[in-house]
Amino acid sequence: MTGVTVEQERAAAVPAGPGTTELSMREAVNRALHTVLGEDPTTLVFGEDVGRLGGVFRVTDGLQRAYGEDRVFDTPIAESGIIGVAVGLAMNGFRPIPELQFDGFCYPAVDQIVSQMARMHYRTRGTAAMPITVRLPSFGGIQAPEHHGESLEALFAHVPGLKVAAPSTPDDAYHLLLQSVRADDPVVYMEPKARYWERGPVALEENRATPIGSSRIARHGRHATLIAWGAMVQRCLQVAELAAEDGVELEVLDLRWLKPIDADGLVSSVARTRRAVVVHEAPLTAGLGAEVSALITERAFRDLAAPVQRVTGFDVCYPAGPSNRSTCPRSTASCSRCNGRWSSDDHGPTHLRTARPR
Amino acid sequence: MQTNEGPAAGAGLPALDDLAPDLSCAFYRDMLTARLLDTEAIALQRQGVFPAYVSLRGQEAAQVGSAAALDRERDFVFPTYREMAVALTLGVDMVGYLASHRALWHGGLYDPMASRFGAVNAVVGGPVPHAVGWAMGERLAGRRGCAISYFGDGASSEGDVHEAMNLAGVFHVPVVFFCQNNQWALSVPNERQIAGGSVAARAAGYGMPGTAVDGNDAAAVYRATREALERARSGGGPTLIEAVTYRVEPHSTSDDTTRYRKAAEERAWRERDPITRLRAAMRAAGHAGDGFFERAEREARATAEQVRDGVSAAPEPAGEDLFGYVYREPTGELARQRRVWQEEVLP
Repeated sequence: MTGVTVEQERAAAVPAGPGTTELSMREAVNRALHTVLGEDPTTLVFGEDVGRLGGVFRVTDGLQRAYGEDRVFDTPIAESGIIGVAVGLAMNGFRPIPELQFDGFCYPAVDQIVSQMARMHYRTRGTAAMPITVRLPSFGGIQAPEHHGESLEALFAHVPGLKVAAPSTPDDAYHLLLQSVRADDPVVYMEPKARYWERGPVALEENRATPIGSSRIARHGRHATLIAWGAMVQRCLQVAELAAEDGVELEVLDLRWLKPIDADGLVSSVARTRRAVVVHEAPLTAGLGAEVSALITERAFRDLAAPVQRVTGFDVCYPAGPSNRSTCPRSTASCSRCNGRWSSDDHGPTHLRTARPR
Repeated sequence: MQTNEGPAAGAGLPALDDLAPDLSCAFYRDMLTARLLDTEAIALQRQGVFPAYVSLRGQEAAQVGSAAALDRERDFVFPTYREMAVALTLGVDMVGYLASHRALWHGGLYDPMASRFGAVNAVVGGPVPHAVGWAMGERLAGRRGCAISYFGDGASSEGDVHEAMNLAGVFHVPVVFFCQNNQWALSVPNERQIAGGSVAARAAGYGMPGTAVDGNDAAAVYRATREALERARSGGGPTLIEAVTYRVEPHSTSDDTTRYRKAAEERAWRERDPITRLRAAMRAAGHAGDGFFERAEREARATAEQVRDGVSAAPEPAGEDLFGYVYREPTGELARQRRVWQEEVLP
């Protein structure tokens, strides 16, 4: 592995300072949309309530005023139609950025996403590009009604033709969205709504050269690597903070791109820490954690001191508000427990199995 | 404009009075070529060259009449999978088109963008909203093209068709929804498919004109489509046309119609054959005589045989194409899998 240099590049988290602006993730996404609408007249933003209202999370606030009703517009409540229209617009030379208002309401659009958007480039032997970025407010943690908090990354990452991104910081939300829109392939862009209001420095002027599919080391450590994306990155950083009090140094790897996955980045981190835990909000079975775990096991088996662990949601429907905290193992405690076992007892496996969600 | 009482049942002669003889001759040539090519395609399936084929026999007037009204330079067609005569009329490379039925490439081997005829699409309602998006883009770009979406009576039950028509109505975009009601959605007849009995009648709910036409009358279909396109092009928004016709062959070469419909019904519709009717009307109107019909037959046969031989002999696309078109900007993982394929599968 070319570990060190790649590692340093990956570690280039944005420090606050000159050249950065303090923004919430919501504002960062909004600024990215401003940037692409401003630079490319073929970009269009549309979806339910994204125009006059500015989106239910106000992510598209002010865009219609700035770019007009032709380029930023409300649609009827028709998720399948929204993506179908995006496919037709792409076939006519546009670069659509549709929004599906909530992850849990994207299911009606899955046919258009999977059968049409993801395959049209292939079906037409490359003559019809599909430069579509589907913005999908995702994941839980906002205490909303049913269908307002799902984790569908495994569903989309499984589909040939799609790319999938999930930023965890305002800076990545800005730059990954620019990358997604400027790319000529369809991207499902999963915004962690629980992080919409979190603020952080954003390098608005910087022209980021990191390729699609690169991960980021959010915190360096040497005892184990926690692998996460979206809102779970912050949770893992909290765990690492707690573990540090006990003298355990956890590395936190923010995957950022869920397709393609940065296998080299995973291997390079695990080669140093020798232990890995994948953390996601989605249910365990056939979740993306299985893919990450398999990648590490296939490519870094000899580096591993213990089996890769998964700390995930249970195989249950997304819980309603009050039970959310108690049943959804997004808790700091779950992650800590898993790592606590390792640090205290290197016989690992027996103990680790007990810490795994069942 | 609303004509919900149901179209003529495909009897009588098409009225050609307002059509130039050149146009009826062009209809005839394309319809006959499509018919002979369709017959060749069924034979290719019987010979094992095509794994399966979907015949359009009986629907030639609906397809050729509507396609003839299109502006080939500006308009764009969104087909599903039974629009072979539309492709032919628009001048699509027919070897490339039939390559889809030889299972060489799902979407066909013609260039859909240059042909202005979308890739063959097996999801019956799926391409309908694409036509709406394309038409939206056309208006945003200040161009004057129209989109036309072809779908069937079965697809009219799909949610996507409803969403597409509602979107088209709300955005008032230049699109023509062209439903070929061939009365059988595989094994299910209209009365188990279309509540209310009319697809055209649904247009009222979307605030657009809807019209049902005799789909076996090429001239009537042409006039209805031309009118819809003129309205769309001049800012009048979408139109829904229901061309009532009949699928005289099975749904596909794998289907058996004896399990769900009467032979007498098929026979009755074969007697209303759109090509026979057009020929009789052309003779009656003095548009053409024996010389033209004999020449048309010879030429159509030659074209059909040429396409048949072409598609039979067409080389298979390189296996590598499986990997080459998944992305515009391929992922490292796919590149790795491509190497695995080269090393382990290719030899």
